[in-house]
Amino acid sequence: MSEETIKERTRRLLAAVSEYKGNFDGAYNIREDGQCAGRRSTEHIQIDSMPDGKPGLLIHIAPGTQDETVYIPACVTHSDVDDLVYNDFYVGDGARVTIVAGCGVHSDGDEDARHNGVHRFFLGKGAYVLYKEKHIGTGTGKGLKKIDPVTTVVLDEDATLEMDTIQLGGVDRTTRTTEGTLAARAHLIIHERILTEGEQTAKTDFVVDLDGEDSGVNLISRSVAKDASHQEYHSVIRGNARCSGHSECDAILVGNGTVSAAPELFAGDVDAALIHEAAIGKIAGEQILKLRTLGLTEQEAEETIIKGFLNA
Amino acid sequence: MLTLEHIAWAAPGGEQILKGIDLTVADGKLTVITGPNGSGKTSLAKLIAGLEAPSAGRILLDGEDITSLDITERAQRGVGYAFQQPVRFKGLIVRDLLELAAGGALSEDELCRLLGQVGLCARDYIDREVNASLSGGEIKRIEIATVLARKNLRLAVFDEPEAGIDLWSFEGLIDAFQHLKGASGQSLLIISHQERILDIADEIVVIAAGKVRMAGTKEDVLPALMEDEKAGRCPIEKEAVCHE
Repeated sequence: MSEETIKERTRRLLAAVSEYKGNFDGAYNIREDGQCAGRRSTEHIQIDSMPDGKPGLLIHIAPGTQDETVYIPACVTHSDVDDLVYNDFYVGDGARVTIVAGCGVHSDGDEDARHNGVHRFFLGKGAYVLYKEKHIGTGTGKGLKKIDPVTTVVLDEDATLEMDTIQLGGVDRTTRTTEGTLAARAHLIIHERILTEGEQTAKTDFVVDLDGEDSGVNLISRSVAKDASHQEYHSVIRGNARCSGHSECDAILVGNGTVSAAPELFAGDVDAALIHEAAIGKIAGEQILKLRTLGLTEQEAEETIIKGFLNA
Repeated sequence: MLTLEHIAWAAPGGEQILKGIDLTVADGKLTVITGPNGSGKTSLAKLIAGLEAPSAGRILLDGEDITSLDITERAQRGVGYAFQQPVRFKGLIVRDLLELAAGGALSEDELCRLLGQVGLCARDYIDREVNASLSGGEIKRIEIATVLARKNLRLAVFDEPEAGIDLWSFEGLIDAFQHLKGASGQSLLIISHQERILDIADEIVVIAAGKVRMAGTKEDVLPALMEDEKAGRCPIEKEAVCHE
């Protein structure tokens, strides 16, 4: 199927989640309602279908690839779709790439629309990946819009993966699971931003094993729970060697939003330096006061603070 | 021009902090309010900016009674207020805050000028988050810059701007206040204990125990304050004794 045949709704979802401007500059695969709606490999980035009929992609990035981007957005354009996909990335030694994996789910019907992406990243020695993941839900149907990503990251020595994940409303149910295993001097950096509203729920789970000497993880989660929405945050950082781990969970409550945060640290080595910071609460009153002294109304101040907090 | 008439205010616990303040801050003039800790200076600044409401009295800005206006409405009428304890924001960067203050986008040159006035190099700061990573002195300077950035200011109130500013940057700050004073005829009110700020004042008001103890031109008030300081007496207390 050529790119020209993709639906207008898919185009809109693509533009919202994956920097799509009518085309992609680099290797890409567009997944639309469980089917492939366009694919291109490049000299250094090979995209193949998973063998044995398993849904998903096998992506090989050649060692030493420099400053290339691969896009693998997935869109669900109507209700009564339950899409499950497995994408494996093998990133060669010393490669330096950006991977954009947005997901948009649209539902106008009474049935649920769900996308479940299982992504595995295997980074070779000294490789660097910036992994951008943006999720949105659109449409007004009664059917629930669900996105349940599972991400596994395996970092070889000196490899770094930076994950920037964002979901700002529209998704009714999400369960996000991220696991990382780090070899010596590898680094994992995760920035997660989530906004829930209405009756939405978001659950996020991180498990990171720092197995190699001088490996490090920095996990930064910022969330806003509005209306009657609910979020759960659980992180486990296991320092199994001399390493450094830091996690930070900040949540703002608006209206009757609720948040549960349960960070867990395990130090299995006397030189494991692990820190967790968490803060949950409504917007600090003095922040609103300060912005009002600049001429903003209370509502404008609140919106500005939330927008800045989520870096949106 | 700012006029306070018989302003009284009680703390939430019921303690009477301000007991009838009468005060005028003239256009194009720098008025410095000084006095001992706990005398109600910060409460007065908050009342002027609308963060607190007086239990009695009136606040007039250029003749308009703004006593019942809220914080936003006063800001929109040209009241600027630099907090004594600046507020930190996770996620907002210095540029965001200054542009919110200015009410629109600022060029690199304008950002440079504003931050330069408070002794910061714009290049190092415009993209910094206004969060806990900034030192007390840095955030204090940014706070002052948010007032300098305001457009159409009629009255600027600075609550102890010297706190956390090192000696090396102080001269720049003094220049910024001098500039503000001369620039557009707006009223300038600074709460301060700093001799060098008192020294650039046109008018000095001494507040103690919730009342105005002394007010007048710098030439009248400053020598009295200094003389008592040299004598090792508390000028404020002496005044208090004189008046009561």
